Amino acid sequence: MNKARRNPFNLAAAHGILIVYTIIALFPVFVILINSFKERRSIFREPLALPHSESFSTVGYETVFNQGDFFLYFQNSLIVTVASLFFVLLFGAMAAFALAEYKFKGNTLMGLYLALGIMIPIRIGTVAILEMMVATGLVNTLWALILVYTAQGLPLAVFILSEFMRQVSDDLKNAGRIDGLSEYTIFFRLVLPLVRPAMATVAVFNMIPIWNDLWFPLILAPAEETKTLTLGSQVFIGQFVTDWNAVLSALSMAILPVMVLYVIFSRQLIRGITSGAVK
Amino acid sequence: MTALTLKNVNKSFGKVQVLHDINLEVEDGEFVVFIGPSGCGKSTLLRVISGLEDATSGEITIGGDVVNSVPPAKRGIAMVFQSYALYPHLTVKANMALGLKQERRPKDEIEARVAEAARMLSLGDYLDRRPSELSGGQRQRVAIGRAVVRQPKLFLFDEPLSNLDAALRMNTRIEIARLHRTLDASMVYVTHDQTEAMTLADKIVVLRDGRVEQVGSPMELYNNPANQFVAGFLGAPSMNFLPAELVGGSPGTKIGIRPEHMRLGADGPIKAVVSHVENLGGDTNVLAELSDGTQVTVRLFGQHQIAPDQATTIVYDEADSFLFDRDGHRIRNDAPVVASV
Repeated sequence: MNKARRNPFNLAAAHGILIVYTIIALFPVFVILINSFKERRSIFREPLALPHSESFSTVGYETVFNQGDFFLYFQNSLIVTVASLFFVLLFGAMAAFALAEYKFKGNTLMGLYLALGIMIPIRIGTVAILEMMVATGLVNTLWALILVYTAQGLPLAVFILSEFMRQVSDDLKNAGRIDGLSEYTIFFRLVLPLVRPAMATVAVFNMIPIWNDLWFPLILAPAEETKTLTLGSQVFIGQFVTDWNAVLSALSMAILPVMVLYVIFSRQLIRGITSGAVK
Repeated sequence: MTALTLKNVNKSFGKVQVLHDINLEVEDGEFVVFIGPSGCGKSTLLRVISGLEDATSGEITIGGDVVNSVPPAKRGIAMVFQSYALYPHLTVKANMALGLKQERRPKDEIEARVAEAARMLSLGDYLDRRPSELSGGQRQRVAIGRAVVRQPKLFLFDEPLSNLDAALRMNTRIEIARLHRTLDASMVYVTHDQTEAMTLADKIVVLRDGRVEQVGSPMELYNNPANQFVAGFLGAPSMNFLPAELVGGSPGTKIGIRPEHMRLGADGPIKAVVSHVENLGGDTNVLAELSDGTQVTVRLFGQHQIAPDQATTIVYDEADSFLFDRDGHRIRNDAPVVASV
């Protein structure tokens, strides 16, 4: 390492900035977590204090578990997120592979067309989407959400993945072709493992907006049995009275699964087991 | 029987034609090397033979069958790539076995062939490792092993030694030569390294700009080049070209003399000033500048103490010189240089 980088002042400054940023980013989560374990009055009286023997209360969690079908909402959210991610990654990677690997007329145009969705927010088409879902009878099913989120995630996925697929060694794919592997085997067995870090990036980018989305669940699947977690938590927010204990508890629990998924994907980001394939 | 026949093969990418009317025959058991500067189309030609690229026109015959519309896996070829291109998720053994598995060969046959190839390439200790756990030389041996187990009608090598360091390159080169002798297989080998071409080939094909410049055995090409390009491309250091006028030839023509055929002498026909001396121990390369500014290299055997900036003359044997016309074509004439020399 060179001297400039070892300079203690620079080092301290870099760490200082990172630590401050971490605190700012984690602070809201921290406040939600501590307040979810307090009784209602203490939440408002001293919102930044840690719960102590007087203010400690799990009433929020009790409300959440007793009222509404929290586990069902939870399950719905998980199904929608995981299924959407699966389809985004599968179709995104396939389209990216075709764009990167095969030379055909209109290849560049097709790439631009597929990337266009990055610039156009899907919510503009909400009315048309709702009409379409009504016509196909998909309203109030999880499929409605999965389809919409898949469409929403594909443009970015294609854009990022095709860039990475271009970097996969041609020799490796050609070696597969000479050994008689089908294009599908080459795609699934040779190329996908090599672009795994890019896949994880795309998954993380897509996961959080899907998990947190309120818009489409509210419009396309508001029925009791298809409510997602975010939508389900809204029952505690009323026009006149809001059950803050319940809202904060529901949010605290909603953080967990995303964190688990994030940890899984970020491990993939770091892992480099495929090095040494070429050169 | 001929292992490979190319008949009027052309290849264009869009409007750019990269191969022009290539005609070639590779006999059974022959080792043919394609050589040329980068961008000459040698790798493209190899990819056309392998089926990874389609020829725009022309006929490709491997082992007697026209294979123009046969996919790479069914052409009876095996290919070794510059970047090894091993499957990262498979062990050495599985890497070698994959092609045979795809052909649905019986298990014991696959086992036997892999074991045989591993023995030949001394890979026995590494069979259960993954490519990432091997060194560059070992990886390339695995890649060669993967080709060997398929027992192809034709081996294709695409600059297989370019990623290896100098010592390993020589070892692997010898290994490939040995393999060719043991298997008695037909091989096509692409390289830009003329040492590899000279040492390995039965037949060298020199390519330039997508055209075949000359085909022949290494010594044929060395002793009897068809044109200035081939003469300058083979041999290291490369042949010196000087205006024939300097030694009384006709204007515009050039005479080519290999560095090892030149000597420094007291009263040679060519006046020169030594500009730099490279002592290599076994040889001494003397770089000298002629009166018209042409740089020539003189390769002397053994060790010589020569001071730079010293005026000298260069002596050569007329029989060792070649004459080329303005366009670089060889002028075949037994007495190329005027008698005044």
